[in-house]
Amino acid sequence: MKKSLSIVILLCVLIGLLSGCTQDKRVTINVYNWGQYISEGNDGCIDVIAEFERLNPDIRVNYVTYDSNETMYTKMANGGITVDVIIPSDYMVDRLIQENMLLPLNYDNIPNAQKVDSQFRNQAFDPENKYSLPYSWGTVGIIYNDKYVDEADVTGWELLWNEKYADKILMFDNSRDAFCIAQCMLGYDINTTDEQELLQCARELERQRPVVQQYIMDQVFDLMENEEAWIAPYYAGDYLTMADENEHLQFFLPEHQGFNRFIDAMCIPTCCENKDAAERFINFLCEPEFAGGNMDWICYGTPISEAKEYMDPEVVNDPVAYPSEETWNHGKDYVALPRSTTRLMESLFMQVRNGLEVKLD
Amino acid sequence: MKKFNRVVTVLIFLFLYAPMLVLLIASFNVGKDITEFEGFTLMRYVEVFQDRSMLTMLGNSILVSVLASAIATVFGTFSAVGIYNLKPRMRKAVMSLTNIPMTNPDIVTGISLSLLFVFVGSKLLGQKESLTFWTLLIAHITFNLPYVILNVMPKLQQMNPALTDAAMDLGCTPLQSFFKVTLYEIMPGIISGAIMAFTMSLDDFVISYFVTGLDFITLPVEIYNYTKKQLEPKLYAMFIMMFLLILVLMIVMNLLQVRQDKQKKRREGR
Amino acid sequence: MKRNKSLLLSTPYILWMVIFTLVPLGVVLYYALTDVETGAFTVDNMSKLVRYLPAFGRSILYSLISAVICLLIGYPVAYYMTQCSPTTQRFLYMLVMLPMCMSFLLRTLAWVGLLQDTGIINNILEAIGLPRLPLIRTPAAVILGMVYNYLPYMILPLYAIIVKIDPRLIEAAEDLGCNSTKVFSKVILPLSMPGILSGMTMVFVPAVSTFYISNKLGSTETVLIGDIVERLFKQGDNPNMGAALSLLLMVLVFVCTGIINRFGGDEEGAVIV
Repeated sequence: MKKSLSIVILLCVLIGLLSGCTQDKRVTINVYNWGQYISEGNDGCIDVIAEFERLNPDIRVNYVTYDSNETMYTKMANGGITVDVIIPSDYMVDRLIQENMLLPLNYDNIPNAQKVDSQFRNQAFDPENKYSLPYSWGTVGIIYNDKYVDEADVTGWELLWNEKYADKILMFDNSRDAFCIAQCMLGYDINTTDEQELLQCARELERQRPVVQQYIMDQVFDLMENEEAWIAPYYAGDYLTMADENEHLQFFLPEHQGFNRFIDAMCIPTCCENKDAAERFINFLCEPEFAGGNMDWICYGTPISEAKEYMDPEVVNDPVAYPSEETWNHGKDYVALPRSTTRLMESLFMQVRNGLEVKLD
Repeated sequence: MKKFNRVVTVLIFLFLYAPMLVLLIASFNVGKDITEFEGFTLMRYVEVFQDRSMLTMLGNSILVSVLASAIATVFGTFSAVGIYNLKPRMRKAVMSLTNIPMTNPDIVTGISLSLLFVFVGSKLLGQKESLTFWTLLIAHITFNLPYVILNVMPKLQQMNPALTDAAMDLGCTPLQSFFKVTLYEIMPGIISGAIMAFTMSLDDFVISYFVTGLDFITLPVEIYNYTKKQLEPKLYAMFIMMFLLILVLMIVMNLLQVRQDKQKKRREGR
Repeated sequence: MKRNKSLLLSTPYILWMVIFTLVPLGVVLYYALTDVETGAFTVDNMSKLVRYLPAFGRSILYSLISAVICLLIGYPVAYYMTQCSPTTQRFLYMLVMLPMCMSFLLRTLAWVGLLQDTGIINNILEAIGLPRLPLIRTPAAVILGMVYNYLPYMILPLYAIIVKIDPRLIEAAEDLGCNSTKVFSKVILPLSMPGILSGMTMVFVPAVSTFYISNKLGSTETVLIGDIVERLFKQGDNPNMGAALSLLLMVLVFVCTGIINRFGGDEEGAVIV
């Protein structure tokens, strides 16, 4: 017993040491990104991080994922961690700027920045692109399975409230996207700070809860693909990924009610440790060839026109990934809300999601 | 009655191992869906070794659990001897202190430690990064210590105190008598404490989940991150390999113990 | 002199445990009593706890039911194990312990694959011409997940206690005219009480605070307190409310385990696996 244990421990220590030895002298950058949001060499697409490490042998990328802007924000706001690159959505960029959590980008290190199309530059959330550079863009719509869902019911966001499909409907598990849907339904501004309006939205979401199967984020892929759920609101790019696996999945944008259109942008937070390396990583992601290969897999819209040359023409011509200008104009942008409003929204959403009594504090 | 118990036992073992069977089958599946078997492949096992993050995380897990359980075992054994010799009242107080992390839900332990680290590291010391490998190690040592103490303590109580006295009468210094007599007597407790600490540490998810930062992540936390995304079947292959590894380790230890018992019996028989 | 030495040996440990178990709880208390935005002292978080009582109630109910089920099905197994030959005993012990060392996340996911509407069990049911059943996202599924994950924590302490019962006691009871039922209820059961209590505690504590099991196997109606706490910390950006909830959770667990252990009246009854 004693001997066997010492052998086991010795083995383990050896393995541990070996894994310790592989931590070389390269600079490490922590890239904190959405899940399923970078091409990792699956399905014959490029492995963006491996490619970057190959071309920049002095940098090691530690890639970690989050499931929503709010998770990322909380992790950073709680402190105690260092992050070098993040890719939040527009409103979160705005909020991080307001709260002095981002560092200005040094464009000398990011020559590829000029390849970003002018239509995606200088957006309201960061007027001079001082802190952020677009990574991708897209829309939020309804994904449904035409095998089970009657086309006649697909009229707008109210499909997500339809009792006919009770227990087959998924819902966003983050407050901002969930509230946006209620706001579009009720005709409110999606950036409202009015407490009563938010309360109304929460009531609407509470009304929806009995028909909701689960509140989810990226678990949507498996649930929709294997038909465990039939209806879900989600991001257009991810719809294309899912539709590859299940041909019955359809995408619907409720243009008459409005929908959220978003731009996700790369930023460097103040808790960054290797700014130069982080900027090189951002520059790499703007390289048309790699941006194209990357977007080919994640299926979101690329803000770099040149990249489309490297992409599958089928994706580039897909109206879901690249909607017409008319459709795009129906979309609404998020802006950053005051922290108190965000907290209120989160607390109302918690009440809805956890089945507590919905009320203002 | 015995028949009934046997039937229940068989059923329970089926119940315990059915999900593992599902994972085993899923690990050979061509398709991604766990519920539908589309064809046989060994690719998933190859993928595990191609995945750079998963192996690093496994290394991280092993590193933390080996270090934490080793430190906790040494530290805990000496402390147990110290506690054992304390005044009864003091001893009782220390033992209830030991029981706190045992009875406290993991989630509370994890939260309280992470709040402490962030509070002290970031707010008081102004560190940029306060959730590191070292804080994770501290957390693991903290929840490992009680397992060691609670395993060593009964052995100390069972030990005949005359033994150490005898050793000292025969010319041992107190230190020698500790290493030659006490340590030998309490060894089974130390070993089971160490094993328990190691497995607890290796499999810990909840506490690590709250205490890790971004640069040092253990395998269970990474698996959790994976389950938040589209599931990848290589996870199942990883699971099956870990299962086999632990199974082999346990069988080897069992066989060794059987042999040891036989030797002991033979010696006693003589 | 001896006393000094034992103090010397135990002081580092006491210091360590105070710094890393008591002080953190103090920090939790500090967070619970301060406002999330201003950091000023407030009892607001504490007064809001009332709202979460249904979730607390549900957590306690589910985990108590799980603990009782674990006891009912774990006891025959533990008892049967003690009746086997030493080699079989060792083998069975290993089989019970093995699942404890494996990732409970993936094992729970396997249950999702088994139970979901398009899952394995339902596919089999359909194949043999039976209707599909709503198995997942029910309270029963959550309890099943708890029982499955924590059953070994019941069996192992039970086994450890039952195996130590002196067979002569049973023989004596039989000699004195007890039938097997009486032997069980008058001798074996009372003697295995410490095992039962520690098994109950070891199932109850992790079950009451779980967040993964209810998240995966439960519905929107079975949100447990662990889910809420996890969310407040990881996404809700409100660690202060989360701290208040975890304090209450801790107090409830101490009260509940206290009650469970009071049944036996045996303070030293804690058994470890």
